[in-house]
Amino acid sequence: MAKLRIVHYINQFFAQIGGEEMADYKPELREGCIGPGLAFNQAFGEDAEIVATVICGDSYFNENLDEAKATVLEMIKSQNPDLFIAGPAFNAGRYGVACGTITAAVKSELGIPCLTAMYEENPGADMFKNQVYIVPTKNSAVGMRDAVKKMVPLALKLAHGEEIGASCVEHYMPNGIRKNFFEKKRGSARAVDMLLAKMAGKPFTTEFPMPDFDRVTPNPAVKDMAHATIALVTSGGIVPKGNPDHIESSSASKYGEYDLEGVMDLTADTYETAHGGYDPVYANQDADRVLPVDVMRDLEREGVIGKLHRYFYTTVGNGTAVKNAKRYASEFAQELLKANVNAVILTST
Amino acid sequence: MKLEVGYIDIRDICFADSSRLEDGVLYLDKNALSEIVLEDKNISKVEFEIAKPGDSIRITPVKDVIEPRVKVEGPGGIFPGVISKVTTVGSGKTHVLRGSAIVTTGKIVGFQEGIIDMSGPGADYTPFSKTLNLVVNMTPVEGLAQHEHEHANRMAGLRIAAYVGELGKNAVPDETRVYETPSIKEGLEKYPDLPRVAYIEMLQSQGLMHDTYVYGVDAKRTLSTIITPTELMDGAIISGNCVSACDKNTTYHHLNNPVVHDLLEKHGKELNFVGIIITNENVYLADKERSSDWTAKLAEFLSLDGAIISQEGFGNPDTDLIMNCKKVEAKGIPTCIITDEYAGRDGSSQSLADADASATAVVTGGNANELITLPKLDKVIGDLSVVDRIAGGFNGNMAEDGSITVELQAITGATNEMGFNKLSAR
Repeated sequence: MAKLRIVHYINQFFAQIGGEEMADYKPELREGCIGPGLAFNQAFGEDAEIVATVICGDSYFNENLDEAKATVLEMIKSQNPDLFIAGPAFNAGRYGVACGTITAAVKSELGIPCLTAMYEENPGADMFKNQVYIVPTKNSAVGMRDAVKKMVPLALKLAHGEEIGASCVEHYMPNGIRKNFFEKKRGSARAVDMLLAKMAGKPFTTEFPMPDFDRVTPNPAVKDMAHATIALVTSGGIVPKGNPDHIESSSASKYGEYDLEGVMDLTADTYETAHGGYDPVYANQDADRVLPVDVMRDLEREGVIGKLHRYFYTTVGNGTAVKNAKRYASEFAQELLKANVNAVILTST
Repeated sequence: MKLEVGYIDIRDICFADSSRLEDGVLYLDKNALSEIVLEDKNISKVEFEIAKPGDSIRITPVKDVIEPRVKVEGPGGIFPGVISKVTTVGSGKTHVLRGSAIVTTGKIVGFQEGIIDMSGPGADYTPFSKTLNLVVNMTPVEGLAQHEHEHANRMAGLRIAAYVGELGKNAVPDETRVYETPSIKEGLEKYPDLPRVAYIEMLQSQGLMHDTYVYGVDAKRTLSTIITPTELMDGAIISGNCVSACDKNTTYHHLNNPVVHDLLEKHGKELNFVGIIITNENVYLADKERSSDWTAKLAEFLSLDGAIISQEGFGNPDTDLIMNCKKVEAKGIPTCIITDEYAGRDGSSQSLADADASATAVVTGGNANELITLPKLDKVIGDLSVVDRIAGGFNGNMAEDGSITVELQAITGATNEMGFNKLSAR
């Protein structure tokens, strides 16, 4: 079998061009391997070989991101590689970001198997570990040998299109994709060990880091409802008929603000849902089922509430990232505060 | 409480004219077994099969797995409050027919019953591919309600296990072990410098066939309480549930609770195993609050330095798990929780239905959504036609070549949350 063709990306420092004073070095393509590439070539042996090395200064890359990325990508593509490796960047921040950026672009734009490596606290790690395989390294080039030892088997697996196992087995940073594997000890024994460590204040590694669940403590009850202004907000996707702002049916990238002045009842002719995550028939028949304007108008008339706020805010909760949802709410919450709204009824589906 | 457990290693099982245990070989009389099952008028038909490790056999839909045991000396009998009188067990002497198991199967009850493959890739995920299994294949009478059907299967399995266990009463054990847990005062005096650790065992009690019984009491009607490790070894807790097969604690798991055994292993050396707090997993919020409050209260009352919390099932019970963890941690008692994950088939989704920052030490039994293809095996015991309906199966999962594709969820014991297995995820 022919050796796999590898293109390697390194910065000006590892290319022995210079340190900070040469950090604005423009992208350059050289044949064969340079610097850390030698260690890779040795480790790959007969399986693979670095055919070309792309060098770019860290400052140049980060300050001319789009242009540098395009140039570097073009250089990589010209070599028609089977595999792309960037770094290791260790704890060099700009180098790490460059390695992550290029590896992610090679993956998404060229579709070539690829990986990089850096120290866990390198800013490039958090930015890219969920996009590309990043092998964790020590914080300096002292960890080169160890990095190569871990990167080579993973690189070969990637190049051969083999299934990649759990992060702790294949030595990449956890990337949010949970993979099963068999441990050496059974779970109960691992639990006893972990508890003993935890009780003794010794270090231990949880097998499942708790995700951040954002919990909101409810505000105190509104005492004087008869004079309160109440707003309606929904993640159920209720929009004026025709969905004028084109809120997506899933993974919504926006929210809408719509006027309820004079609207006493939502009808099949006037409102609908944009939501793609539930059977829309009943919401489209009568959108009050999700956004209860009719009932709010009744309560207004009966004097139970002061008034219904003039505008309602709406988005689609279906598959929408928590981060986005949070941003929408923090924006329109300001509007609600400005309008002296006392309480919000938030409906979901 | 002190219990001497004599392990009799079972080397083989076969059918014979009379039931007996000789030199580690179980000889079983089908007629006698049939009579025991058919004394329940709700079961119209029963067949018995033997499934051994390595056999090309698939058993499905599996309801429960039970290890045959017998009380040899001391008060009470096996499965107290259910098969034997309700006398407190856990002391004296008990014989275990180690390496054998009773597996109940037959017409599907609900959807949450499992698969045991005795060979092939599926065998790696279930502990019951490594046991010599007597499979009880039952057909209920027509028109039997689901909960009555479950009850009939459950009781028949326990009766058969008790009958088979009885055969080992006079056998000479291959290994004898003594399990002893001291009283609170004795423990304090004996191990003044060792951390006091308890096991908080959550019992499935969501109801509608998701039940566990403690001395015959339905766990959803119980308050969190204390039980000793050796009581579990005598069958004080039995499974009566139809939770997804992968994280269902079968009666076999309760009898051989791995957390209990691994804590006993370090008892008196690295820790002082104070006892077990059992607590339920009811669906109502008030029940969840009460049970977890009581769990934390008992943990504090026992002056614990640490606790291991195990779960059964997923989704709704995740909230009980997190409440227990959070409230025990809030008492200043470190915990380690054991759970499993539903991270989607590609592993990218949120694994648990609840979370809390205080759950810093988590052991996982793996992602139950991960898919596995199980090749055709020569023989099926039970009913293969339902594998697209059991939890973890899906429409169109049976290929023309006889292979089936399921989530690990469908394999009995695959992602056990007592930490019975080595499977994990990262």
